[in-house]
Amino acid sequence: MFFKILNSFITILLALLVGMVPLILTGNNPVRAYLALFQGAFGSLYGLTETLVKAIPLILTGLAVSFPLRAGFWNIGAEGQLYLGAIAATWVALTFGHLASFILLPLVILSGFLAGALWGLIPAFLKIRLQVNEILLTLMMNYIAVNGSNYLVYGPLKDPQGANFPITATFSEAAWLPRLPGTRLHAGIILAFTMTGVLYLILSKTRLGYEIKVVGANPRVALYGGISLMTVTLIVMAIGGGLAGLAGVGEVAGLQHRLRKDISPGYGYTAIPIALLGKGHPIGVTIAALLFGALFVGGSHMQQTTKVPVALISIIQALVVLFVVAGEALRSSSFGVRSPLQKITGP
Amino acid sequence: MSDILTTTFLISVLAAAVRAGTPLFFAALGEILAERSGVLNLGLEGLMILGALSGFMVGSATGSPWLGLLAAMISAGLLSLLHAFLCIHLRGNQVVSGIMLVLLGMGLSSFVGENLVGKTTQGFQPLPIPILSQLPILGPVLFQHSALVYLAILLAFLSWLFLFKTRWGLEVIAVGESPEAADTVGVPVQAIRYACVLIGGMLAGIGGAFLSLAYTRMWVDQMTAGRGWIAVALVIFSAWLPQRALLGAYFFGGIEGLQLRLQAAGIGISYHILQMMPYLATIFVLIFSARREFRQKIGAPAALMKPYVRGERA
Repeated sequence: MFFKILNSFITILLALLVGMVPLILTGNNPVRAYLALFQGAFGSLYGLTETLVKAIPLILTGLAVSFPLRAGFWNIGAEGQLYLGAIAATWVALTFGHLASFILLPLVILSGFLAGALWGLIPAFLKIRLQVNEILLTLMMNYIAVNGSNYLVYGPLKDPQGANFPITATFSEAAWLPRLPGTRLHAGIILAFTMTGVLYLILSKTRLGYEIKVVGANPRVALYGGISLMTVTLIVMAIGGGLAGLAGVGEVAGLQHRLRKDISPGYGYTAIPIALLGKGHPIGVTIAALLFGALFVGGSHMQQTTKVPVALISIIQALVVLFVVAGEALRSSSFGVRSPLQKITGP
Repeated sequence: MSDILTTTFLISVLAAAVRAGTPLFFAALGEILAERSGVLNLGLEGLMILGALSGFMVGSATGSPWLGLLAAMISAGLLSLLHAFLCIHLRGNQVVSGIMLVLLGMGLSSFVGENLVGKTTQGFQPLPIPILSQLPILGPVLFQHSALVYLAILLAFLSWLFLFKTRWGLEVIAVGESPEAADTVGVPVQAIRYACVLIGGMLAGIGGAFLSLAYTRMWVDQMTAGRGWIAVALVIFSAWLPQRALLGAYFFGGIEGLQLRLQAAGIGISYHILQMMPYLATIFVLIFSARREFRQKIGAPAALMKPYVRGERA
């Protein structure tokens, strides 16, 4: 356990260190840029709450990637599932806006979860039934979801009073997630932390959790043990897709109070480094998501004050993945053991 | 509506199919080479976008699109060497390493290309082939393009020749099917895999450079828009055969071309719905080839994604 944490810590440190190279090559002062980054994320109460705001979709999509991965399913589709959740929540919020909050809000949350789950079930079913490659499938479905969302905000769901902007009408306040007064931090954070706990319990205390881990470690053993590959895969992807859908709910009902174009700046993709850095453990994933939330918030502060493009954060994300792969490979080759990642993801 | 079913419309769609399919073909050919040697490279999207950016930058700065193309090959080649090192040398997870390439290519190109967004470049101009370009229908469809389009067609033939008719090509296939057996008869397994991943990466870089230097002649952030992933799907669809990859690429190019022409013709279907077409088509193709693959057991090289160490059982 301790070594896993140390390992992730070294990974992120190395990524930050190598992230200095593009800064130096483009003539920027890396120390100044990183100072601005940390100041933006941790230097004020505003920065801290904004870090939590960003962490909400990152925790939920991070879990959406890492949970199915425990069963050996690569869900690269968290981005699309997030959009589906946002679309469904928006439709419910706009259609039933007259309902009281204690009925409407649960409906909004539930619809977002269900839409994400259904979108996630499609590739799960196609993979197990027809052996379709789930990485390519979930990725293509992202593009379809984003275009579908664009279609809606430019077309049928466009706010008639919105001066032709690609946004829907504002939700009635009954559909807003409560906020911590004076901040943008909304109840989505409670939802995210609760889900972390739920997944932790499922994985460590239930029969289903055991089955998921067996399927992930070796599908053939699972088959001999009487575990249904289809059932396990459908369940992990229903939950995974649903969690990403909740991330979409948080963005529309907690933050924007409407659906707009580009509701996610790629949270579903950042979720991949997060899942890998968190070593597939729900609590690890949550910590990694908080860290990336800080990077996002600090990154935009850095861009404002030092003119360093915020895309530096994308490079750091990639470097995190790079050092995860290299670290796992080095460990397994020098100690002759199969690393956890290889156990999870095959050959 | 009426001007859709004319010959002019059909010709414009077919010409667009060849144009839009060419970058897909370069990337898919690179992937075929890498996978034939046993290394999966999911990083095409990242290699293409890096190629697109470096091609655009060097092409604009020097005024020579050919130098831009060279820069694209070098940068994408270097990035693919990182993948080769992680997968062949360290025996790292090929899926994760490929995803890393995508994130890194995307990140680097956004970071470096920040101030170039929306800028245009001279790029590759159309180079009609004398006489052939005057042919009815075939002329405008095939022979009024930029040089890279002709190069792609030539490469489809040459790579088929290389893979199946030369000793080196057969060694590549052997390494991808059974590295143990290949090693036994003295084929340098790791060197061949390195070479295939490197050349494959360079080809993906050419595909990217085609986008920024011949297709749009403009730098747009994230301009590959999933084409690298479509190219990976194309490899499965083409059953790892270069000549079939060319036809598959033109098919996908045709869908993109049809979508653009339908938009221009204004048939009343939302632009956003039309934009889904290439991705939907990819999903159908994936389902179709998965079924076919499952039934006939043809396709993937047997040692795909299996790292090789001498003296160790697979």
